[in-house]
This record gives sequence, C-alpha cells and structure tokens, in this order.
Amino acid sequence: MTDLAIADLRVLVCVKRVPAPGARITLTADHSAIDTKNLGFTTSPHEECAVEEAIRLVERHGGTATVLTLGPGEADEQLRYAVSVGISKAVHVTHPSLSDEGDWDPQATARALAEVIAEIEAVHGSFDLILFGNESADSGGFQVGVRVARTLDRPIVNGIKAIEIGEGPDGGRTVTAQRESTSGFEVYSLGLPAILGVKEGLNLPRYPTLPGRLKSKKADVLVQIIDPVPGGLITEHFDNAAELVIETTMLGSGPESAPAIVDLIERLGLL
Amino acid sequence: MSNEFPTTASVVVIGAGIVGNGVVGHLAELGWRNIVQIDKGPLPNPGGSTGHASNFIFPVDHNREMATLNLDSQRQYIDMGVNTECGGIEIARTPERMEELRRRMVSAKNWGIPARLVTPAEIKEMVPFINEEILLGGFYSPTVSVVDSLRAGTIFRERAQALDALQTFANVEVMDIEVVDGRVKAVVTDRGRIEADAVVICVGVWAPKLAKMAGTQIPLTPAVHQMIDVGPIPVLEETGKELGFPIIRDMDTFCYERQSAGSMEVGSYAHRPIFMAAEEIPSIKESRLSPTELPITMEDFDPQLEQALELMPDILGTAEIKYAINGLLSLTPDGFPLIGETPDVKGLWSACAIWIKEGPGAARMLAEWMTHGQPEVDPHHSDIARFYKYARNDSHVRARCAEHFQKTYGIIHPREQWASERGVRTAPYHDRTEALGAVYFLAGGMERPHWYESNAELVAKFGVEDRPAEWDRRWWSPIINAEHLAMKESVGMVDLAPFVVFEFTGPGTKDYLQGLTVNNVDVAIGKSIYTPLLDVNGGFRTDLTMLRLAENTYRVMTGAFDGPRDSFWFDKHLPADGSVHFQDLTSSYVTIGLWGPNARKVMEKLTTSDVSNDGFPYGTTQEVLFDSIPVRLFRISYVGELGWEIYAQTENARAVWDKIAAAGSEYGIVPVGAGVYGTTGRLEKGYRLMGSELDGEYTVVEAGLARPKVKSADFIGKEAYLRHREEDPAAILCTLTVENHMSARDGVNRYMVGGETITTADGERIVDRKGRVSTVTTAGSGPSVGKFLLLAYLTPEHAVAGNDLQVYYMDEYFPVKVAVVGSTPVFDPTDARMKG
Repeated sequence: MTDLAIADLRVLVCVKRVPAPGARITLTADHSAIDTKNLGFTTSPHEECAVEEAIRLVERHGGTATVLTLGPGEADEQLRYAVSVGISKAVHVTHPSLSDEGDWDPQATARALAEVIAEIEAVHGSFDLILFGNESADSGGFQVGVRVARTLDRPIVNGIKAIEIGEGPDGGRTVTAQRESTSGFEVYSLGLPAILGVKEGLNLPRYPTLPGRLKSKKADVLVQIIDPVPGGLITEHFDNAAELVIETTMLGSGPESAPAIVDLIERLGLL
Repeated sequence: MSNEFPTTASVVVIGAGIVGNGVVGHLAELGWRNIVQIDKGPLPNPGGSTGHASNFIFPVDHNREMATLNLDSQRQYIDMGVNTECGGIEIARTPERMEELRRRMVSAKNWGIPARLVTPAEIKEMVPFINEEILLGGFYSPTVSVVDSLRAGTIFRERAQALDALQTFANVEVMDIEVVDGRVKAVVTDRGRIEADAVVICVGVWAPKLAKMAGTQIPLTPAVHQMIDVGPIPVLEETGKELGFPIIRDMDTFCYERQSAGSMEVGSYAHRPIFMAAEEIPSIKESRLSPTELPITMEDFDPQLEQALELMPDILGTAEIKYAINGLLSLTPDGFPLIGETPDVKGLWSACAIWIKEGPGAARMLAEWMTHGQPEVDPHHSDIARFYKYARNDSHVRARCAEHFQKTYGIIHPREQWASERGVRTAPYHDRTEALGAVYFLAGGMERPHWYESNAELVAKFGVEDRPAEWDRRWWSPIINAEHLAMKESVGMVDLAPFVVFEFTGPGTKDYLQGLTVNNVDVAIGKSIYTPLLDVNGGFRTDLTMLRLAENTYRVMTGAFDGPRDSFWFDKHLPADGSVHFQDLTSSYVTIGLWGPNARKVMEKLTTSDVSNDGFPYGTTQEVLFDSIPVRLFRISYVGELGWEIYAQTENARAVWDKIAAAGSEYGIVPVGAGVYGTTGRLEKGYRLMGSELDGEYTVVEAGLARPKVKSADFIGKEAYLRHREEDPAAILCTLTVENHMSARDGVNRYMVGGETITTADGERIVDRKGRVSTVTTAGSGPSVGKFLLLAYLTPEHAVAGNDLQVYYMDEYFPVKVAVVGSTPVFDPTDARMKG
C-alpha cells in the first residue's frame, strides 16, 4: 500500500467513470447494455467538481487529496485525470466483472467502497472529509454516498454547492456546507470526519496542464481487487427515452410576419 | 430558396464542406444551373472534417500540382476576404531536416512563393516564447495564412444562389445512388429521389460508404489526426488577434503549434495510424461534438506533449488542455486527392481527400473538368482513375496509409519506394531476378528490378563514380551506370513485365483509334505507331506505342504508371455501337527487352526467323518461335540500342527469360534494370516520359514531338494542336549538362534528383509567357556521354545550344549548359545504333 499518512487535511474524493454526456447513447441489440463503441468516457460532472474542491481545500489548508474509484481497468484514465489536475494519491478498486457496459448495483458498490476506505483508514487514520458526486451521470442511483456514510457511521449531506472548513465551538474542525433550496440556501455544519455529496456549480473545475498530464502518467495508482457482494438491484434491460421531436413552424418572413408573431405572443399569454 | 424537395437536377452535389461548397460555387460560375446540394448535417458546419480543420495554408509543396492548387486556393480565399496572413516557420531540430528545408527553398523558388531560411535567433525574434536552443534553423514562409473555411463555404453557396443556380438542402441523408448500365441515374435520399446525369461526391471521410452504394470504390480511409487546444496563454491573449505569431511546424516531431486567439492549438501526425471504416463513423446524434471530432485517445498524444513542452516551455507549462480530439480526416494510398470521374460509373464524380489548403482550387479543377472535359491544371496526380483495381480495396488503402501517415511531415525522397504491399505483383521469372540480386522498385505495383547487385563488379570495370552525398545516392546505385555501359558494350536483357497491354479489335477499331491519336494509325499491318494522345486543350493525355496486327486489330503498350488512366481514357471514348472491343491483356503478356550491339547475334540463336535489318526492319513487329514457344518481337528501343521488345505469354515468360539468358551468355549478357531503361538510357536519347516531361500543361510542339505533317483524320485535341503548330512555342524541351557538381558550401559533389529550378546566370527563374516555370523534369547520368543530364523546358530566348544557365539545388546554384534544343539525342543523334 502506498503511503497515505495523515497530513493536515485528509480529503478523499470518490469518482465514477461514465460515458461523456452530450451524445445519444445507443443500446446493444438485445437492450442488455449500452453500446460503448462510439462513446468517450469521463468523470461524472458532479465529481469533477468534487475533485476540484478537494484540490482547493488542500491548497488552502494543506494536507492530501486522494481519489478513489470503483470501476473497470479503463477507469485508471479517470484517476490519472484527477491526478493531472492536482490530486496527489489514487486508489483503484476493481474486479474483472466490472466493465464499461456494466457496473455493480449501488449496494455492492457502497459495500466495496466502505470496505476499502475502512482498510485504508485502519492503517493511515481517518479521512477528514469524503466527497461524492450527488449522483452518477449514467445510472443516477443517488445511493452510494449515503450507503457508505451509513456503513462508516458518518454524517452526510447531499446537494452541496459550497464548502468551508472551520473550527467548531469545541475547537474541533468542522465543515460548513450549503445547498440550494427553493428560497435560498440551507447551511449545514458538520463535525469532521464527514461526507458530502456535491453538485455541479460548486466550482469551475480546472483542466489539466501539459506538465500535469505528464506527471499523472507516472503516478502510482494503488489497485485493490475486491469481490462483489451483490445488492438487491438487478438490471432487467435498457430502453431509450422517446425522442423529443421539435417542429419548426415558419410564421413568415419580413414585416408581413408581424401579425402572426403578435397573435402567437397573445396566445401564449405573454402580452 | 424553395422548400420543395426537387425530383430532378442537372447535377447533385453531395456534401457541404469546403469541397462541396467550392464545387457548387464553381459549377454555377461555369454556367451550370439547377444544381442541387445536399448534406446530412446542418449548415454552416455539417460535421465533416472542414468543421474541425486547423485551416492553415503552407503554400510550398514539392509537387507542382499540389502547389498550384494551394496557391489557387489561397487566391480564392483572399478574394473572399477570409484569408489572414500570419506567416509560418517550419523548424529543424536535425541536420537532415535542415537539408530538407534547403530543398524546400527550391520548391518555393519553383512556384514563386516568398521564403527564406532563418537562424534560431531569427526564429526567436519572431516567436519569443520558443526554445531556440534545440533548433538548427527554420524555413520561413511569410505568406502562410489561416482561412475561415466555413465562411468561405457560405460565400461559395451564396454566389451560386445569386446566379439562381443552386438549391441547398441540409439534414438530408443519402440512402442510395442508382446506377443503370454503368451510368449514374439518381440519388435516393430520406427526403426523396433526385434524378441527375451527374453526381459529385464531396463527402470526405464518408466517401467509401457512398461509393459502395454506386457499386464502385473511392479509395480512402478515415484516419485520426489528434489535436489539443491549450490555454489561456497571456502572451497570446495580449496580441488581441486570432493570429499574432507565425504558425510553427515542428517538422521533426510531426507536430504544429498554431495560435488560436488566446490559446495554442497543438496538432500531431506523430501518433500510430488510427483508422476507421466510413460505416463506423458515429452519426451526428451519437456524437458528443461532431462525427469527425471523436474522443481523444490521450495516451497516443503524450509523447507530443513532452516535445511541445520542450519547444515552448514558458507558455505551455501552465496553460490548460481545454479541448482535445481525435479529429477525422481522409487519407489515400498515395497521399494525393481523389478528383475526377470514377472509372466504373459514368457521370459519378469524386472530389474527396482534399484539405482546406487546396479545397477551392480542387473544386475549380473538378468544375472545369466536368464542364470542359479537362481542367486548366493538369490533374495527373489527383485523378481518381489512377489506381489499378488491386489498389482500390480497403486492405491496400490501409496498408499504404499506415505507411505514409507518419510521413505527413516526413522527408520523402523523389525516388522513395513503398515498404508495404510488396510482392503483390511479380513477374513469372521473379525467382531468377531475385537470384541475381535485383533491387526492386515498384512500377504499377509490380516488382521491377532497378539494378542488380550481381553486376556490382562492373562498377570497377567501367570506373563508375559514386555519389558522395547520401541524399543524392539514396535509392540509386553506381551499378545502374555500369549496367548501362555493359549493355552498350555488348548486350543486356531488361525485365519490362509491368508494361500495360491493351488490345482493340472489331470493325470500328481503326477509326476509333484515329479519333484519339495525334499520329496516323492507318499504317501497314506489322508496323508500329508511336503517338501522343491529347486532351481537348491539346495537352498530353498520354503517349504510347501501338502495333497494327491486322486491319482492325491493334495492340497498345503503355507505361505501368499511367496504365489505369489510359484504360479509363480508352474506355470512356469507346463507340456506343459496340464496333470496338477493348481488352486489357496486361496479365496475359510479359515483356522482356533485349538490347545492345550484340542483340541480333543473341536473337539469331533464339529463333530461326530472319532478324536481319532487311528481314526485320526497325519499328516493325513479327511473331516468331523461340524453339516451340511463340513470342511477338517488336523492333524498337527506349535505350538507344539495337534490339527488340519480346512479348511472351505469361505462362511462357519464365522459359523465355531462361532462353534469352542462355543464348546471351556467350556475349556476356547482363541483366539491366529500370535505372537504365527509365533514366540513363532514356535521357541520352532524349526520350520524353509521360508524367515527367509530358503532361497536360505542355504541348506536342513544345515537347519537340510534332511531326512535319498533320493527319487528315479528326482527333481529340486536333484544333488546339493545329493552333499550337501555328504559334511560336512558349517553351522548348531541352537537354542540359551539369558543368560543375561541386558544392560551394562543403566541397562535396552534388547530383540533382529532378524537380530543381533552372535559372539564368543571375539566379532568376525562367518563366514563359504562359506562366510556366523552367524546372528539371528528369535528372540522371549519361554514362555514355560522360555527363550528368537534365531535361527542362526553356523559353526560346534561353533554348540555345551552348547557353550557360544554372540549376538551383539544395539552395545552391550549379552551372549548366544547354546541350541540345528539342528532341535530338545527345548520344548517337542519328540513331545509327538502333536502326542499324
């Protein structure tokens, strides 16, 4: 095991390799999986913000930021990406049953993560803060962070868009976290260690620099193989959502179209 | 523009990238109307290679056709107001590259493009953030520019629309291309069927898929070119411009660095070849960015990151990689575009594998071709009809593209040979030539001995000098000159298996051929005809030799390099009434040459037929027996010696080779390679070669091939030919001799390789009244005359025997002298040796 010894602030970020958003996802002929042939892969956007936040926290407070993923061998790419933007240590939890076409259900994932985190902490001491993305960009289960928190017996708040580390009334370190509500912000104060599920908008993640990218190529990644303990969620099959068809109606062109436009605005109740 | 989808068109142009847009613009300007253009993507960026192109133009190219297209395109972009001149520097990290940059100075001079060699300090002055310590120098080209190719496309369409010539439909997908009796009939789309007599495929990376719909091939492969965009970079932002610094081409790492406003785009041709099939390209919906901007495979780019950092450490050390793609572009087996009518489907045209830098020029070329039957710029290298059938399949395409992809910025010798796809076509006696240590060059994809290592001892015997500079010696051997002298001393045998052989039969044959050839084909049976074939403008389409075997049976022999183009030309003009039957017999016959002063003595041992000068005069053909084997002999020579071309049936060829070798042994017969046949022997006789001296931009008169009389029969190009005969020639093909080979730079003797500039004593280019520049069309030794020979077109003022000029080679001037004006040979001017 590489050295994960305690520094000032120990932050862990859990990320997931997901298909890059923006393209239509096609399915295999039997609808049992997604067709990955033309897909690019990336880190879930919420988690890109988590990575960025971890780097900023360590830049501000000192310490170490570690990235951890559970995923197929290819997920090494996402770990190194995190290293290329400034994360210092990387842990890859994997198993041959994991692939770009199929991941474990949230229970199995959470169990494995909690187990590995506990192992690391048993040797090197507790992480002060563990960051998850609010939900993964592909399966969107909203579960893994919560389940890990429950297993590790730590407080968790989801939907976080601002994080501040400070001192609590008892002199211990706390984290102040905000999440948006319909009328403003909810502010939470948690004693450390704690877990947060963060959302896009928390920050604007940086891109890797050339030296960062080159450094990440040489980084040591701790690989931990773990057997799955299946959870209760079983994937039956996939279906594409119905495509939204947008019809364009030409109202006319030039000044003659003015009455039609006025008519439309009136009908929409905008006048 | 009406929204109704048309059912007919005069021409359907598929594709709205820079090429498709250029084609509709130029067709409209040339008078075409009812043009329908479709693209499956949205406008103005339908998602093809144009949309992610780097859009820069480095106009210098060693190849005349490509340089001409570059310059024409740049002029068109300037006219449209979308050309931004920023200059560009090709930098050298190695001595080999510096030599290549000196060679680029010659090409710049040839095409009149401003350029100069610059020192590392001068580069630093222009590009302050460059690490000049790793550089040896650079080639600065001030007219290098960046263009807005999307805007240019829109302007092209608007011009056509202003002429009421064009309807463009975006988001229309082609489902099928209908072909009836070998002619294109209609394009079937997801919005309807459009009938048209002409269809132009301008779809770049998707072309193989569309060609397949029409039952033909467009031999290209979609290939990845990686690029990343790095920023923000303050020193670039401060320029306040899209381009404030020259573009850097880091030639030795196969990368470029091009400013893009506040960031730097780094592109690479250094990674492993990454190909896709056209059918595998994702649809627009399946694409995150666009179908040709695929997710980058970063590990392929990493080595280039280090090299880029080394080159520009100050600015690239802190900037972020904001955008990175595996961009798709089109590669062809020989690196040239695919322009022209497809050989299998009449009326189906291709304008594919074309880069931004040559797009508008290529579009004009195609539009002129479709309109006039021949473009102004000779399309010899770009012609889609140039490929043999075997060279059009995906396997061949990928093998060749994999080989040349990493030579995109490579140093390519004019004589360079392919390493892939070797041994595909071999002569039946290949084992014999192999045992003789043949060094094979490819001719039409066929292995042809260029020289034989078994002749190495002849080098000392004839005292042949070597060439001391590695570049001059590359793909060359002094053995060539020794073989030349040995053949001229006694006798040699030449493997000419790659010859392309056609046969025409049927009652209309004589008249059909008469309509294509400059010289009269109505000769006595058993006689031969050498003749140019012209395009409508009177430029050379090809030149070849025919044998009249019967009243209406002609055998035609043409060179391996132009076989497919010639086949296309003959096929295109076949009469529709079926009165002429055209057969390609290339695989049926194998040709072996037997030449030298003792050739007749050898022939007398091979056959009992009368091969005396009276019994078998020069320029005639007869069928004879070599023992039991029938062969056709043709008394002709391309090397200036007495002898025959021997045509054997393929199954007899190995036995015939052995019989010639055995019969010749008494006379010390030597195997002679194509180094003699194609260069030294040919040059001494001043024979012109299609693609070197002869092309669409020069006339029969200028090439010195006009006969005293013109035949009465009409033929393609006759009108132009008659006009050319009346005019004073703008240029005359001459043979020159190099008078001093010694480099003033390092005292080493240099030997030109072809393509150099011929200049006046003051170092000025010689440009004729048609704007054509005097360059070396062929360079090579003349072992029998003891001189190094150059062929070049010169203006009449300079085409004077004894005139002193210079040849500009590797950025140095060497003295040359005009030896002969016109087609008179420098060796044996009366042809006594071959006609005796």
